[in-house]
Amino acid sequence: MPEMTLIEAVRETLRAEMRRDPDIFMMGEDIGPRGGVFLASEGFVEEFGEDRVMNTPLAESSIIGIALGAAVNGMRPVAEIQFADFVWPAINQLVGEAARVRYGTNGGKTAPMTVRVPYGGGVRGGLYHSQSIEVLFAHTPGLQVIAPATPYDARGLLRSAIRSNDPTVFLEHKRTYRLVRGEAPDEDYLEPIGKADIKRAGSDVTLITYGLMLHHSLQAAEMVSQSDGIEAEVVDLRTLRPIDGETILDSVSRTGRAMIVQEDTGAVSVSSEVSAIIAAEGFFDLDAPVMRVTPPEIPPMPFSPLQEAEFMPSPDRIAGAIRQLAEI
Amino acid sequence: MAKLTIDMPHVGESVTEAVIGKWLVSPGDTIRRYDPLVEVVTDKVNMEVPAPRDGTIVGLLVSEGDTVEMGAAIAEMEVEGAVAEQKPAAEPSTDGPSVQAASRVGSMIVGANVGPTGGEFTDTSLQMESSASEAAGTTGSSASRRRGRQGRTDTGARISPVVRRLADRHGIDVSQLSGSGTGGRVTKRDVEAYLESMSTGAAPIAGRADEVVEPSPIRRMIAENMSRSFREIPHAWGAIEVDVSGMVAYRNANLERVQQSTGQRLTYLPIVLHHVARALGEHRLLNSSWVDGKVMLKGAVNVGVAVASEQGLVVPVVRGADGLSIEETVSEMARIVEGARSGKLQLEDVQGGTFTLNNTGALGSILGGAIINYPQAAILTTESIVKRPVVITTPEGGEAIAIRSMMNMCLSFDHRIIDGAEALAFMNDVKVRLESMSQDDQSR
Repeated sequence: MPEMTLIEAVRETLRAEMRRDPDIFMMGEDIGPRGGVFLASEGFVEEFGEDRVMNTPLAESSIIGIALGAAVNGMRPVAEIQFADFVWPAINQLVGEAARVRYGTNGGKTAPMTVRVPYGGGVRGGLYHSQSIEVLFAHTPGLQVIAPATPYDARGLLRSAIRSNDPTVFLEHKRTYRLVRGEAPDEDYLEPIGKADIKRAGSDVTLITYGLMLHHSLQAAEMVSQSDGIEAEVVDLRTLRPIDGETILDSVSRTGRAMIVQEDTGAVSVSSEVSAIIAAEGFFDLDAPVMRVTPPEIPPMPFSPLQEAEFMPSPDRIAGAIRQLAEI
Repeated sequence: MAKLTIDMPHVGESVTEAVIGKWLVSPGDTIRRYDPLVEVVTDKVNMEVPAPRDGTIVGLLVSEGDTVEMGAAIAEMEVEGAVAEQKPAAEPSTDGPSVQAASRVGSMIVGANVGPTGGEFTDTSLQMESSASEAAGTTGSSASRRRGRQGRTDTGARISPVVRRLADRHGIDVSQLSGSGTGGRVTKRDVEAYLESMSTGAAPIAGRADEVVEPSPIRRMIAENMSRSFREIPHAWGAIEVDVSGMVAYRNANLERVQQSTGQRLTYLPIVLHHVARALGEHRLLNSSWVDGKVMLKGAVNVGVAVASEQGLVVPVVRGADGLSIEETVSEMARIVEGARSGKLQLEDVQGGTFTLNNTGALGSILGGAIINYPQAAILTTESIVKRPVVITTPEGGEAIAIRSMMNMCLSFDHRIIDGAEALAFMNDVKVRLESMSQDDQSR
């Protein structure tokens, strides 16, 4: 099985889908000759032409609005928002319009569109290139929100997103693009949307996480396994809407202890929702309070390297929290 | 603020260990000096350990049911001002990031100084680890300090939802399990381990399943003492029949007078104890101990009385019993029996017994072989007083059948020290003393 980085997984999946289905086209800032700032579409315009790989102005609301119009009329657009921090002008098109197409047409129309959104910090991006924006979309009924953390999942889930008939926000963590490497077959496989995946089996504590924090959590799990003999089970959410409560509750029923690790600030976040699911449906399986490891409640990811590192939950900090939770 | 370790106080020269009964404080509690912290059970007495200073309880180091050596640390508290002791900080983890095998899980490329767009990049958040953990002392504290409302971890005796559910399902009394969690909390794992240990037993045949009950601290103490006594002391026992009609008459005649002078209702036990104590003064082998191959004759006659209290069998002691009148014996017994029932005995009330008296007749027994209260030499039981037709000698020298109040007395004795001859000589002495009583006796 070939090994690749996460950005290679995204690129090869997009290329294969573009070759497979002529209804798919791509649009975004600098995705043409430049190949996108992360080179997700490197060489695409040469292969598929300007009609299917369209450079757009710096106008996110029009990128999503055009994609939505095309999707409702039978195309399968894949739009790229260059940085998640710039998605705000497109909120109305996504939350106000795309999410409501099925409902607003009484099921008569769908919007089979995929919006790829590179997000997340730890990349020295400061106030405008580091944010976690997932909670706004994860809150919105009618949208699907996917956040893969591994090349394998990125391939299987991106295919599922493109082939899905509902508008999907596909979150790619920038830091994982070239940091994370893993096996990802060239086969045409699909990973199910709305299904979490247990990335590490363990009996003592359940860690629930996604994105870059999956890798920090896996490292923390290894640390506490070696130093304390604590075996943490690590659940990768993979999809943030709908959240896979079944997998979470099944794991918590075995460990009795749950911790949510996220890079986004904690208040009213994915971790809040997971906590609520556990409290509502897993209460009688709990042996300890639910614990969350999140950054401080400050508006942006800091630019200073030291402050940025302090902001991000590190493997060390997560390991400390696991020890704390395991001994309650 | 400074941290102070609370030790189990030494309560007596012969007491080497104690069982933790019930914690009366939880971590986080603010306490004042002399506030009771914990109930402990020794082989001599139940007592409460008081707080050494004003402060706040930080952690409980031993769980209910644990056996603890005298002087061992049992809790930690924070106090104002300085304390000499300081615990070493937990060592920061030395485990670096580990290289994981590539798989569909994916892994971080160690040492890959490459940014998201491909440029040169140094990941400060991964590099910072060692320095961050050094600065924070323990790695866990940084997470909790950062988020002040992370929740209570001073769980103490709390029962979590899953533990409660498991306990209900399997009919377990959680308070009887020893906990491995914070503050001795019983965790899910503790319950599972307990169930596991139970399931290894033989399968029940039908009907009600076998149950295992964790003994209370005092039950365990009794079990230990009984085993030791039965193991070390070669027990022999005998019984003798006593005509207590005179004692019954005496008691009925003096009920009111004793009530007035002592405030207590006169019962048979202090009367018997009074005579037993007098007899012990003359049969010193019965008032002795086998110590290191020698017989130690005790100078004082301190008679213990077995009392069934709520906590279990307790044996408070009437000190210098051979020097007390019947009325004094009544008063002293009333004090210690009440103390035993209410759990208010002082250490000296249960120490130094040289002989034990057990009124098993109160429960309807007519005969029994008691186990000696280690390390004494003998134990006497008084059995039920029953009216029976008995052949008596009339004042004229003839024989007649009369209705008499009869009572059996049984003596278990250490056969290393005492043979049957001495044992029965003692019992007959007590018998004569009791049978010579009459309603006309005014003062004894």
